[in-house]
Amino acid sequence: MTLRLPVYMDHAATTPCDPRVVEAMLPYFTEKFGNAGSRNHKFGWEAEDAIDTAREQVASLLGCNEKEVVFTSGATESNNLAIKGAAEMYEKRPAGETGRGHIITCAIEHKAVLDPVKRLVKEGFDATFLQPPTDGVITAEMVRAALREDTILVTLMWANNEIGTINEVPQIARLCKDRGVIFHTDATQWVGKMPTDVEKDGIDLLSFSGHKIYGPKGVGALYVRRRNPRVRLVAQVDGGGQERGFRSGTHNITGIVGLGKAAEICRLEMDAEGARLSKMRKRMETALTHAIDVSQINGHAEKRLPHIANISFGFVEGEGLMMAVKNIACSSGSACTSASLEPSYVLKGLGVGDELAHSSLRLSMGRWTTDEQVDYAIAEITKAVHKLREMSPLYDMHKEGIDLSTVEWAHH
Amino acid sequence: MAYSDKVIDHYENPRNVGNFGTTADVKTRKDIGVGVVGAPECGDVMQLQIKVDPATGRIEDARFKTFGCGSAIASSSLATEWLKGKTIDEGLAIKNTDIVQELSLPPVKIHCSVLAEDAIRAAIGDYKAKNGIPASAPEHADAH
Repeated sequence: MTLRLPVYMDHAATTPCDPRVVEAMLPYFTEKFGNAGSRNHKFGWEAEDAIDTAREQVASLLGCNEKEVVFTSGATESNNLAIKGAAEMYEKRPAGETGRGHIITCAIEHKAVLDPVKRLVKEGFDATFLQPPTDGVITAEMVRAALREDTILVTLMWANNEIGTINEVPQIARLCKDRGVIFHTDATQWVGKMPTDVEKDGIDLLSFSGHKIYGPKGVGALYVRRRNPRVRLVAQVDGGGQERGFRSGTHNITGIVGLGKAAEICRLEMDAEGARLSKMRKRMETALTHAIDVSQINGHAEKRLPHIANISFGFVEGEGLMMAVKNIACSSGSACTSASLEPSYVLKGLGVGDELAHSSLRLSMGRWTTDEQVDYAIAEITKAVHKLREMSPLYDMHKEGIDLSTVEWAHH
Repeated sequence: MAYSDKVIDHYENPRNVGNFGTTADVKTRKDIGVGVVGAPECGDVMQLQIKVDPATGRIEDARFKTFGCGSAIASSSLATEWLKGKTIDEGLAIKNTDIVQELSLPPVKIHCSVLAEDAIRAAIGDYKAKNGIPASAPEHADAH
């Protein structure tokens, strides 16, 4: 079979919708278009039933009660609701004062967590941004050391979107429970890929989105614990009182049906899929780091998601490299690929040097990634790195035995 | 971001890639001017070398090596093309804006052209210094 190009290796950015998900959604655009809020006719009941089913499907994936699932527009909204909603609910002092409460998060969280926390800091809360170690894994010990008397919320991602590393979430959740602190996790990269049991792990709030799990874009969910303790939140979107008042707005019925179906498929297929992707990722990492000298895997070698590889290739720049492998859709931590012209704050945050951030590629595999595609990517990337090194003054210097860290660069 | 055809052409078929010897070699050669600008942690480093015919004062050959994005590689490739055959003073007249125009660089990539102009100035400056030619009046790229 001929390989169809370009090859998609950016599943950490988004995933295609599973055709089974699309099929489940379709009737809800046309025939079953009702508003779940219409309590007095068939159209409304159909919509309500569909939402109930989706809620059960999501609850089974998370290991929670369906009453604990709040549908949102995606993980960004879920994070905003969880973080701002919990901070405002559990504040030590009212708005307008300082010392309203302490929040713990980490410097390499997604912006959808960092920015809400930063806004809260402006509004009188305090925050600690934990600095990750070079392997990227946040441990319970680090959180323990940062906890204060006035800590009201800990928000840490389950797995990192750029490097794929997994934080010690169950241990951190337990620690928070012991201290009576609310624990939220942005599990956008984790849910649907790895087994999740919020009950067993004692998680209070958990965010994720549909489009990372082969569902549609524009829909997500927030798990909100109802017992032991009952977590309360100040709603961030006011209106018709949908989602038990947590999130007003007419239900995105097609999206919710899609999210539910996507969750169900992930629950049933996760184990086999994870094993397959993990094998693929390891094969790619091994092949590339063997074929290319001065290359390194970013993030912890084992404590990582099955499908996300992040590798830095010394002496070549990420955007230039992506241009050379234009038939592989992937991403880079290079400054040139970001609107801000700053290299990835995640890779910088690991303290491994800006240079490695500039030279990194993230390759994330998914449900339909084939061995043939992986072979193609390995061959193309190897070829491209060698080609670019022929053009790289840094590689020449390296071969001449010059230590690049001792060179006095003409800073631009 | 979509690149212009000219950037893609220079990126895929870079002109004059290479050098006239190792770092140590070219340092001692009076007919070679070397400019290395940028820094690895900034994501781009350009190395430009010019070979000048001492009899005519013309740049007879130019080579580059660049660590950087597609625009940085294209800007330096273009610079070597333009430098060949020019006198060193004519070379100094190349402006980053000329490179921006020729390659249709988008605003976020203007710094690549500035870096190329800096590399030209650095290489010519090195040649002048090695040969005791006084540096011309200091001029700076206006896009800094």
